[in-house]
Amino acid sequence: MRVAPKEVETFRDDFTYSNSPEAIKRFPFPFPEDEYRYSVNMEPHTPKGREGSAYEHFLDIDEHYLSEMTERKLVLDAMPHRCLAMDHMELACWDMLERLMTSLAEDYSDYFKLTIEGDQWTWENKLLNIHDTFTFGDSSTLPKPPLEYIGCQVQGDFALLDQRDGDLFLDAGMVTCPADWSLAFDAGMSFKEWHGPVPMAHNEGIFERALKYLTAMQVGSPIRRLNWTLTVNARMDTSPETYHEWGHERTSVTPENVGEKVYLRVEVQVMDRMPRSNALMFIIRTYLISLEDIATNPEWAKRMHRTMKTLPAPLIEYKGLNRYHSMVVDYLSQFDPAN
Amino acid sequence: MSNQIKVEVASICQVAPTIREFTLEAIDDELYPFSPGAHVVVEMPSAKKIYKNAYSLLSDPADTNRYRIAVRLQEASRGGSIYMHEQVKVGDQLLISPPSNLFSPFWLAKKHLMLAGGVGVTPFMSYIPEMLRRNADFELHYMYRSLQTGAYKNELSEQLGDKYFGYDSDRHTRCDVTELLSQQPLGTHIYICGPESLIQAVEEAAQTLGLPASVIHSEEFAAPKPGMPFIAEIKSSGQQVEVSAEDSLLEALEASDISVPNLCRGGVCGQCVCTVEEGDIDHRDQYLSDDEKAAGKTIMPCVSRAAGERLVLDI
Ligand code: HEM
Ligand code: FES
Repeated sequence: MRVAPKEVETFRDDFTYSNSPEAIKRFPFPFPEDEYRYSVNMEPHTPKGREGSAYEHFLDIDEHYLSEMTERKLVLDAMPHRCLAMDHMELACWDMLERLMTSLAEDYSDYFKLTIEGDQWTWENKLLNIHDTFTFGDSSTLPKPPLEYIGCQVQGDFALLDQRDGDLFLDAGMVTCPADWSLAFDAGMSFKEWHGPVPMAHNEGIFERALKYLTAMQVGSPIRRLNWTLTVNARMDTSPETYHEWGHERTSVTPENVGEKVYLRVEVQVMDRMPRSNALMFIIRTYLISLEDIATNPEWAKRMHRTMKTLPAPLIEYKGLNRYHSMVVDYLSQFDPAN
Repeated sequence: MSNQIKVEVASICQVAPTIREFTLEAIDDELYPFSPGAHVVVEMPSAKKIYKNAYSLLSDPADTNRYRIAVRLQEASRGGSIYMHEQVKVGDQLLISPPSNLFSPFWLAKKHLMLAGGVGVTPFMSYIPEMLRRNADFELHYMYRSLQTGAYKNELSEQLGDKYFGYDSDRHTRCDVTELLSQQPLGTHIYICGPESLIQAVEEAAQTLGLPASVIHSEEFAAPKPGMPFIAEIKSSGQQVEVSAEDSLLEALEASDISVPNLCRGGVCGQCVCTVEEGDIDHRDQYLSDDEKAAGKTIMPCVSRAAGERLVLDI
């Protein structure tokens, strides 16, 4: 890992979260073109970019690790139902634990260690001072149920989809940093149902194609796609459950503070077939960067100006940007004089 | 496929008059764990051509040291099963795909009713250990002809006791499917693996009884129906690829070193879709929508063919 975990910073109240110059450089900037439109933007999740890039490993552990794990604990302590697993997802939860532990131990051996002797597993997480021995497949031997146990040690939100009748169902997950959607609300829904609120994409057949692709995914060939939105302040937990805490912050953006207050929120979403349960694991790894920090890269600032300026109205509305979208465009226009 | 796994045939045994079981062990990598109902695609490099057939994994999914498959010798075989029966010896190496699953149990079912016909018992061999672990309510109804099939019937009967029901049509015991279905409690899901005739019989019975289609799950690994030979022309290179009556279009393309992404090789996954520039299509897949089929612009070469003598592919 190029970017070692920093001291704990906050994603609420005093918002001390910040990106180091190295973290800015490796930020997964999501706009390959001057116009952004929904598409079936799925590609094999194989390493990409130079050493240390956000796509170097299956899971990306970065300088915000400790901060995000602290934030996750705050959310779960206050709202335990932000993590749930229906009974029939037990095996899928163990699949997920196995996949995450083996890839962490392989890619970040300085921090994580997994020792397997038959069904006796020993897991060491040096960043969080965790050292446990348990029986694989037996939840009573872990301090917490498997999904919660491993989910609290990996950056990103998680969903486990049960596959039935050529469809996917949101039957388990841990979601503490969503871009305005609720796991408790979506639990048990099918692929098209939980995507119900998304504008435009349904008519274009995007979800139909994506679902066909997902249900045919094979073990050992993960894929990824990027999604993005904007967030006011470096707030991880923008959930419907806590809307009263953050919804009003959208009115606090002014032309003077837009550069530091508005963050580009990028989700690197990884999908991977689970071998034992045939479930699909869905990881939503969220990255935040302020517009000011984006502006340190003139190419990004210029590109983002163009994508924001040409963003279709239904997307502005759906992503909740109405209040401050024009201020974002105005701010970014200084980096794109020709447009 | 680049993600193929190299395995060695560790043992072979005759499990019924026309069925052989092969135990496969990994050579370099470890084998993936797999889920109940999963299958692998086995590549068989015969002298004439490379056959690729899908076979259900029939071992306990918890055992990741080896895979077992069972192959029935098909009289009207396209050659794959003959190759497995006559050519493959202990110690041979084969290439297989990672396991995938198009026939997973519906775990929310109140009860699982499995109907197996002949070698169609194989996917249930991986269902049963997991159902036992979960204490699921299930029954296996196994229809076979003891002069040909009936693999594992004794061990299944012993292991499952009153959950097991065998029907040997060579001894004139038959399963009354309508009667059986009519006795099932609400919330039962029905799984069928076997010949098309069995699947049809169950589907008709279900319809008569008013059972929703959503509780019926079937898996049929029928070889593609034979077709007429035709020529596929590659637009970009002008290359003419001859597709014989026995080969699928996908196989013929591969034999000419034209690789097309593919996964299921059975017309369901959508990976192999190709654009058709010219020629009528005999659509045999379940992937394209009716509208897409009617438009006649795309083809799934793993199962579909030309309706005429020539197709021009835009690849
Ligand atoms: C199977 C894993 C997936 C899960 C669990 C998932 C979940 C979600 C959820 C919960 C939302 C928010 C919907 C809302 O507003 O309530 C969403 C939005 C969306 N999803 Fe997915 N999704 C998955 C896969 C995909 C795939 C493969 C695509 C590919 C096209 C996709 C495209 C979208 C789009 C375009 C949006 C709107 C995002 C925005 O504009 O902010 N999703 N997804
Ligand atoms: S390979 Fe799956 S549809 Fe052709």
